[in-house]
Amino acid sequence: MSRSTKETSILDRNILKQRSDQVSLSAFSYIYSELVQYHQSRVSNISELEEKLASAGYGVGFKVLELLAYRSRENKRETRIMSILQFISSIAWKALFGKAADSLERSIDHADEYMIFDYNPVTSIYVSAHQSAADAYISGVIAGILEGAGFTATVSAHAVQLEEGESRRSSIGLPVKKDKAVFLVKFSPQILERDTTLER
Amino acid sequence: AKQHTTSSVHYSPLSSNNMSSSQQSPLLFLIVGRNEPLYSAEFGKPPGTPITAQSITRQNFIVMHSALDLVDKSCWVNSNMYLKVVDTVNHQMISTFSTACHIKFMLLHTGKNEDAIKNFFMDVYELYTKLSMNPFYRFDTPITSKQFNARVKAAGRRYLS
Repeated sequence: MSRSTKETSILDRNILKQRSDQVSLSAFSYIYSELVQYHQSRVSNISELEEKLASAGYGVGFKVLELLAYRSRENKRETRIMSILQFISSIAWKALFGKAADSLERSIDHADEYMIFDYNPVTSIYVSAHQSAADAYISGVIAGILEGAGFTATVSAHAVQLEEGESRRSSIGLPVKKDKAVFLVKFSPQILERDTTLER
Repeated sequence: AKQHTTSSVHYSPLSSNNMSSSQQSPLLFLIVGRNEPLYSAEFGKPPGTPITAQSITRQNFIVMHSALDLVDKSCWVNSNMYLKVVDTVNHQMISTFSTACHIKFMLLHTGKNEDAIKNFFMDVYELYTKLSMNPFYRFDTPITSKQFNARVKAAGRRYLS
């Protein structure tokens, strides 16, 4: 009995959503902690570490955008700022982290800034200090998605205090988190201009 | 004049002013990134065409290049990926498909067969998406995969000739 010698190339694989797409949190955390430790030993300060982690996530953003757009089968592109941000905070977040982002807000003080909130990003669940540095990977992913879609923006991760009344999510066995992660998205002026032109 | 193998229509060799033939003259297909073409293929070209074909191919590239501005404009006005015909030069038309990451598939063709072109673009879109999932393939770099080349050529033969 001879086995078929047909090679399966990447062009044969099924890229629609499958059960095997899910990865355990521990597997991800182990690999991600190795990535962080690798960079930590090669940089001299925390902002360099953030840069390295963000650039690691950047390439992922492009591929995530192409894959999710293909899977949605709508054959449409997002052309407006609000629609690409909603795509990121709902569809991309669900595909990457299993649930939609907790909220998407527009800054009152600056017209070009938007904020995506996540109470417990998966990259910093087990991080005890400098959570926003660990979340730089996610900022990189967001920046990659935006750049891919044609919206140049700088994305940074911050930690803000939880307000009264907001539920404090925590994983089992870990101390209750006192702050939530914010991903600040700042668009360049040409993008805002283009968006206002398209509105007309 | 050569007899084309896939149809019984009398096929005349490349001459851009021969409009009486109902067979399409060779099609040029390009995948264009942000700065440069990432992939190119030609369809409908019978093997062993004379050297004069070369100058027409170069002209095709120039025509494609000149259409890029129009493609860019329609990308932002039209949120569909399939942008249909974006430009017409003499008797040739350029149809475009723009992916979520603004990678543009452009096809230079004569004659209208929207459905065939749309199916071809959809096939290439699936191939491109799978190719871009390769972690070793950097976004916006030339596509050198032989398998990709073979599949795109097969899709072109299936839908465009």
